Amino acid sequence: MFEHYLSLFVRAVFVENMALAFFLGMCTFIAVSKKISTAIGLGVAVVVVLTITVPVNNLLLTYLLNEGALSWTGIPELAKLDLRFLGLLSYIGVIAALVQILEMTLDKYVPSLYNALGIFLPLITVNCAIMGASLFMVERDYNFGESVVYGLGAGTGWALAITLLAGIREKLKYSDVPDGLKGLGITFITVGLMSLGFMSFSGVQL
Amino acid sequence: MGLRSYLDKKIAPHFHEGGKYEKYYTFYEMFDTMLYSPDSVTRSGAHVRDGLDLKRIMMTVWFCTFPAILFGLWNTGYQANMQIAELGASPIAGWRSDLVMALTGFDPNSMLANFLHGAVYYIPILLTVYIGGFIWEGLFAWKRGHEVNEGFFVTGILFTLILPPAIPLWQVFLGISFGVVIGKEVFGGTGKNFLNPALVGRAFLYFAYPAQMSGDAVWTAVDNFSGATSLSLAASGHLNYAADLTANALNEGAAAATASLAWMNTFLGNIQGSIGETSTLAILIGGAALLLTKIASWRIVLGVFLGMVGMSAIFNAVGSDTNFMFDMPWYWHLTVGGFAFGMIFMATDPVSASMTNTGKYIFGALIGVMTVLIRVINPAFPEGIMLAILFGNLCAPLIDYFVTQANIRRRLRRTGGVA
Repeated sequence: MFEHYLSLFVRAVFVENMALAFFLGMCTFIAVSKKISTAIGLGVAVVVVLTITVPVNNLLLTYLLNEGALSWTGIPELAKLDLRFLGLLSYIGVIAALVQILEMTLDKYVPSLYNALGIFLPLITVNCAIMGASLFMVERDYNFGESVVYGLGAGTGWALAITLLAGIREKLKYSDVPDGLKGLGITFITVGLMSLGFMSFSGVQL
Repeated sequence: MGLRSYLDKKIAPHFHEGGKYEKYYTFYEMFDTMLYSPDSVTRSGAHVRDGLDLKRIMMTVWFCTFPAILFGLWNTGYQANMQIAELGASPIAGWRSDLVMALTGFDPNSMLANFLHGAVYYIPILLTVYIGGFIWEGLFAWKRGHEVNEGFFVTGILFTLILPPAIPLWQVFLGISFGVVIGKEVFGGTGKNFLNPALVGRAFLYFAYPAQMSGDAVWTAVDNFSGATSLSLAASGHLNYAADLTANALNEGAAAATASLAWMNTFLGNIQGSIGETSTLAILIGGAALLLTKIASWRIVLGVFLGMVGMSAIFNAVGSDTNFMFDMPWYWHLTVGGFAFGMIFMATDPVSASMTNTGKYIFGALIGVMTVLIRVINPAFPEGIMLAILFGNLCAPLIDYFVTQANIRRRLRRTGGVA
C-alpha cells in the first residue's frame, strides 16, 4: 500500500509534472518566477491548496455528483441522479471557496506566511494547474487516499518546477538576450529547454 | 615574431576602423587571438588577469579530447571492420566504403584500415559540426557585435564525440544548429547559457530522430548489424558481472556476436558505442590533464563518481528478480555507456555547472544518482548520463542559491545578526 502511494507521489512530482509535462498553470508559472523567494512562496501556496482541494473535490464527486452518489440519502429519486455535468462548476466553486477560507485562516493565525504570499494566494484560484489536478483525479478514478497523495505530489512537482525556473531566471539576469527575445520570449524558450531536461523521467516505471 | 608583425602591419589595419574589411573585424579578432593572447589591458576597476584566459581554457579542453578522438577513430573502424570480417555484415554502400575498399580494405587487424574506416565517418561529421557551428556562431557574433568565442570549438568537438558514427550528416547539422542557437546564442553566447549546448543538441536529436540515435544497431557503421550494446545486454541480463574482469562474460541466449564482452573491453573501449565515449581509459587520460590544470573541477567529478557509486550500491543491496540492471556494480556503471565521458567532459562545463564549491559536490552527486536511476528504473532510456546532466544543469542555479543563502545565514549567526 505504501509503495503504491509512494509511486503515485513520485510520478506526480517528476514524471507527470504539472508545469513541465502538461504545461498547466503557465500564466503564474511564467509571471511569478523572477525571484526565487517569491517562487518558493507561491509554490508552497500551490502545494497547500492542491493538497486540500483535490481530496475535497474527490469527496464531492463520490458523495454528490457521481452516478448513484446520492444513494446515501436513501431517497430513490436522488439515487438515480447523475450530476457529473455540474463537475466543472462545482470544482471551481470549491477551489475558490477553499482558497478564500485558507486566506482568512492564514491572515488570522499565520500572518507572516499570509504576508509573504500576498496577492498570489487569491490568484491561484484561477491557476489551471489546480483545476487540472482535480480533473485528472476524476479522469483517473482516484479514491480518497490517492487524491490526497496526488494533490500533494502534483503541487510539489509544480512548486519544484517554478523554483527551478526562478533559479535559472535569476542566473539569466546576467545573460545577453537579443532584444526581440527579452522577457517572455526567452522565458518560453527556457521552459521548453527545462521540459527537455525533465524528459529524463518520462517512461519511468514504478 | 615574424607572424605577429605581419599580422599587425599588413592584415590588422584592414579590419580596424576605417579599413576596408571593418565589418568583418569579429572574424579577424577570432583568428588573431587564437594565435596570440590579446595585449589589451583593462584600465579601470579591479580585475584579476591570468595568462590562462578563456581562449586558452577552451584550447586545453580541446586538446584533452584528443585521446578519446584518436581512440574513437580507431574503434569506429575496428568495430565496423570486425563485423564485416567475422560476422558477415556488409559495409554501408557509398563513397565511404568505396574509398576504404580502394585504399586499405576492411581488415580488422590492420591499424591503418581501422583508422581509415573510422576517419571516413568521423571527418565528415567533424567538418559538418564545425561549419554549422561556425556559421551560427559567426552570424550571431557579427550581427550582435561580440567576439567569436572558442566555445563552439569545444562544443563542436564534444558534440561529434557523442554521436553514433553512421548518423546522417543533415541531422548532425540540425543538432549542432539547435545546440548552438537555442542552447547558447539566444542567451547571449558563451558564458550566458544555462544548459550544456552540446548536450542540448544531442538531446534534441535523440528525441527528434530516435531511430538514428538509439537502439542497438546504430553504433556500428555497417549494414545488417547483429549485436547489442553493453547497456542493452545488461538490461536483458546477459552480462555476467561476477566473471573475472578479463574473462568473457556471456550467458546463453545472447547473440554470439556479443559474446566477448568483458569488463576490460568496456574499460579499454573496443566496444560499440558513440564515437568518443567508449574508451574509459582514453577519456581518463584526457581527464587527468583537465583535472591537473584545474580546468575541470575535481569536486564535480568526485561528486558524480560518488553519487554513481552510492546509488548503484543501493540498487545492488535492494536487488530485483525482474530487472537485471539492479545488480550492475559500480565499476561496470563507470565503463559502459557514456558515463565516463559525461563525468569528465560534460558535467564539468564551468558555465552550466554549479559555481559554489559546496554546490559542485551536490551538483555532481545529483548527476551521478540520476544517471544510475535512469539506467536502472527507466526502461525508456537505456543510457541516462545525457539527461542526468541536463537535469543537473537545471538544478545548478537553485543549488547555488541555497548554498549562498546557507552561507549568508551562517555568517549572520557568527556576527550575531549585525551586518
